[in-house]
Amino acid sequence: MNNADLILLAIAIPALTPFLLAATGKWPNLRDTVSVIASIATFAAVLPLLLAVIDGARPAISLVEVMPGLVIGFEIEPLGMLFATVASGLWIPTALYSIGYMRGAHEKKQTRFAICFAIAIASAIGIAFSGNLFTLFIFYEVLTISTYPLVAHKETPEAKRGARTYLAILMTTSILFLLVALIWTWNIAGTTEFRAGGILDGRLDPAFAPFLLALFAFGIGKAALMPFHRWLPAAMVAPTPVSALLHAVAVVKAGVFTMLKVGTYIFGIGFLGKTGASDWLVWLAAASILIASIVALTKDDLKARLAYSTVSQLSYITLGMALAVQMGVIGGAMHIATHAMGKIALFMCAGAIYVAAHKTKISQLDGLGRKMPVTFACFTIAALSIIGLPPFAGAWSKWYLMVAAADANQLIIIGVLMVSSLLNVAYLLPIPARAFFLKPKDDETHGDAASSRIEETPLLCLLPICFAALGCIVLFFTIGGLYEYLLSIPIRPESLP
Amino acid sequence: MMALIEANLPALQVVLPLIAAPICAILGRGGRSWAFACIVILATFAISVALFAQTYAGTIISYRMGGWEIPLGIEYRVDRLNAFVLLIISGSATLVLPYARRIVAAEIPAERQPLFYTAFLLCIAGLLGITITGDAFNIFVFLEISSLATYALVASGSWVNKRALTAAYNYLIMGTVGATFFVIGVGMLYMITGTLNLADLAVRIADHGDSSTLRMGFVFILIGIGLKLAMFPLHLWLPNAYAYAPSAVTAFLAATATKAAVYVMLRFMFTVFGFDYEFQADTLRMVVLPLAVIAMFAASIVAIFQDNLKRMLAYSSIAQIGYILLGLTFLTETGLTASIVHLFNHAVTKAALFMVAGCFILSAGTCSISKLGGIGRDMPWTTAAFVAGGFSLIGLPLTVGFISKWYLVLAALELGWWPVALMIMASSLLAVIYVWRVVEVAYLQPAPEGTVRKEAPLSMLIPTWIFVGLSIWFGVNAMLTSTAAGRAASALFDSSHILWKE
Amino acid sequence: MSDIGIELDYIMGRYNYWLFCILMMTGLYITVSRGNLIKKIVGLNIFQTAVFMLYISMGKVIGGTAPILTEVPETIYSNPLPHVLILTAIVVGIATTAVALALVVRIRESYGTIEEDEILELEHDMDFGSGAAQGDPVA
Repeated sequence: MNNADLILLAIAIPALTPFLLAATGKWPNLRDTVSVIASIATFAAVLPLLLAVIDGARPAISLVEVMPGLVIGFEIEPLGMLFATVASGLWIPTALYSIGYMRGAHEKKQTRFAICFAIAIASAIGIAFSGNLFTLFIFYEVLTISTYPLVAHKETPEAKRGARTYLAILMTTSILFLLVALIWTWNIAGTTEFRAGGILDGRLDPAFAPFLLALFAFGIGKAALMPFHRWLPAAMVAPTPVSALLHAVAVVKAGVFTMLKVGTYIFGIGFLGKTGASDWLVWLAAASILIASIVALTKDDLKARLAYSTVSQLSYITLGMALAVQMGVIGGAMHIATHAMGKIALFMCAGAIYVAAHKTKISQLDGLGRKMPVTFACFTIAALSIIGLPPFAGAWSKWYLMVAAADANQLIIIGVLMVSSLLNVAYLLPIPARAFFLKPKDDETHGDAASSRIEETPLLCLLPICFAALGCIVLFFTIGGLYEYLLSIPIRPESLP
Repeated sequence: MMALIEANLPALQVVLPLIAAPICAILGRGGRSWAFACIVILATFAISVALFAQTYAGTIISYRMGGWEIPLGIEYRVDRLNAFVLLIISGSATLVLPYARRIVAAEIPAERQPLFYTAFLLCIAGLLGITITGDAFNIFVFLEISSLATYALVASGSWVNKRALTAAYNYLIMGTVGATFFVIGVGMLYMITGTLNLADLAVRIADHGDSSTLRMGFVFILIGIGLKLAMFPLHLWLPNAYAYAPSAVTAFLAATATKAAVYVMLRFMFTVFGFDYEFQADTLRMVVLPLAVIAMFAASIVAIFQDNLKRMLAYSSIAQIGYILLGLTFLTETGLTASIVHLFNHAVTKAALFMVAGCFILSAGTCSISKLGGIGRDMPWTTAAFVAGGFSLIGLPLTVGFISKWYLVLAALELGWWPVALMIMASSLLAVIYVWRVVEVAYLQPAPEGTVRKEAPLSMLIPTWIFVGLSIWFGVNAMLTSTAAGRAASALFDSSHILWKE
Repeated sequence: MSDIGIELDYIMGRYNYWLFCILMMTGLYITVSRGNLIKKIVGLNIFQTAVFMLYISMGKVIGGTAPILTEVPETIYSNPLPHVLILTAIVVGIATTAVALALVVRIRESYGTIEEDEILELEHDMDFGSGAAQGDPVA
């Protein structure tokens, strides 16, 4: 089987799984087995591609020509390969976790849930492998639509409201800005292909470059750049596996991935640096980092706090692109992996706490650490990784982003990154601290009878959490390989010597 | 025999349904008249396909009615543009008729059904005639044939809701005023040029140059056709007519009637008056463009607040016609391509959506959105068709709606009309709202108590899904439609430039 | 004096257009302003007739006779084409009137009135269901 077929396979497996899921919907055990097998099979299809890309291959395939010159086609380059690996790799633990969670929380309509989940993964991989902006846009929209039922899953008025906000913001930004940016790009460049060094140099009047970049930056609503970040907290009404994989990994990472991709392959880092088109974005991203962190401090709802933390962390990646230096792209790409690992662990912990103790507020967590030690230990590890302390993975991506800021002579940005780390400490560490060191409040209505029933999370939930937390540590020690790999992201046009 | 048929294809295209109509009336009740109508429409469709194939490469078929010399006699003229429109009209009819059987049986008493199919055939004959003829006055005659049949068809909704009668009456008054305005305009042109043949008119108008009579003629024609195609603010007849007509009629009209009128508009603007006619360019940009933009927004906003699904879709049609007109006002090849491609795309999409509304009416007995709660579970296929059609209405990728939006925005950007490009997108967001309202009710709301709803019968589902399938197929692979539209546009564009160069 | 003469000529020389304008406006006005459905149709007919007149007078050639072949070669004929066109238009007009009248009959049967404002009131009641429809003529 050659690489081009593997591309199709990697997308087709999750895209066709829904049919199997629908057919087996009546037998929950069988259905969930299908789900897990599909996730493993997808990863198995992605892995050989990863090896090939490391070896320098650039597999490509084009499917149909939609309009003259506009092709739905795939081409893999290092950045997309990284995203695909992260998304498909983390699907396996999440698939296991969601079985434990959905059954533990007695959610309804689990088949619909599994179906939409698989479609979402398929579109995330589609985004990762897209060979041109047009294809990417298609999968981007599919991802939006397929996650809508997941957010609205509970069908309560609250869930419907959240889902409506979710859809409204993502649709508005993508249609109003991203599509216009896409057509504009097509109009001036005559192509939407991703090419090393960008396709706009010499074609776009530098005076217009900041405007086009603005259309992209705001159009990619999934990157949750302020002021279009509201959908992310709103999406937290979804069941936790959704928040974990989609709103910490697939969906939001699809956003920032698109951002990096546009910066590197449409504008070209050189073009951005030369024209200074992205200077304003540096400041907006920096503001987004700080403001979201401060908002996170004020949230008592655990998932809402994590959501704002995500908003803040995503802007790191946008910042990396906007700095317009190679190190920024590398740091941003690395942050995709490290933040994914840390955030998925945090969300899974939040879900585990909900399943085991039915607690969603941080102020209710006092003393819970003694009942669920493993969960909270993992939470602490993941939190430290997000904060950026060694020996956890997050330290590296922050380091490279700071190097990038230094390269770009943006010393204030280094300061911003440091302040942000402090803020991270302030909003993340109190959570395990409360759980471990504070005494449970006795004045709650549940009384002792209820709280004594709280036990450690079900094993199916716990294993994936441990896996993700372990990942944070392992990634720290293997980062050299990742760095080498990311250096192969082409920055300059290939034709130049 | 075959050669004879082949030589007379353009005439047969119109004459066949026209002659079949009275025969249909005397066939009596039951399925007979329906089966007969189906056969006739199938033959008509085959003729359209043949004409499309003959003209695809660029040949223009000129047929002399009764052998009279052009421009004295009536000419039937088929080129890429109207072959495309003929295909849309007869194709929609071919799909709507099988669909009509069940829903017509439910909505119209048995003894009236033959007359219903008669009117249907007459309407098709009229629409095909409008499209194929190359004679200005002949357009008027066919316009009236199709309109009169349409009034009757709309009024036949009165067996369900008596408001169909007043809707038909209002449509009749406005339609007749529109048609008469059109004749006045044609009269003005005749006064200047002494000819009624469209191609001949074009040459002579170019020779004649601008004059106040020509301007008057242009304005009368613009308003007359504007009434027929429901150009904002001349659209008042449309919402009620679409909402209260029998469901099959609505689906057919939405796909074809306004489209034929748009075709006439295109023909007059770009073949007869020509791109280089300054007064026309000014009128389009100063008057029609703002009106089109207002239509896109106002009609979409009104659609959001409708409870009747058919009425909501009707307002959405007015907004979509706004897109088509907007494409014209760019006066560029891309803009024209956008209009022509949207002509097809919107026909397919809207037909599917109105058919879904018909399925809801048959099974649930209502198409009031507030009563459709949970219908996504009872009628999964029908509701899925609505979702797919809705996506196309919004303009999401992989649907035909996206192709239209793409060309439209591209045309705006080519001219550097930024605000217009953003407004096109902003108005499609309004479509998100009205489509999503229905989706949310259908899937996320519990069904009203005590409702029994079955999935729609296959005879209705299959045509609906064929339309949905077309709207997805030509969204994924738009080479055929976009090339056909692009060629038609460039043919219009080139020919009229040559004329006015003098 | 001469100026006025020219203007008068200009106006009088186009009297057929003036008549057309007046008739057309009268017809259109009746169609729009009258509430009685039959009167609307009458207005529509006047409006159409105005157009017929426009066409017919357009075909007139000064000094020309009716376009019937005579043996005299230098006869000037009026243009016959508009006549033919208008014959068709008249037929169309009659058909329209017939359909319109048929509709009015049906409206009268189901609404019990042919006054537009009363019909609108009834329809308003149907929409918003004011239980006691005052003096429902059908009931």
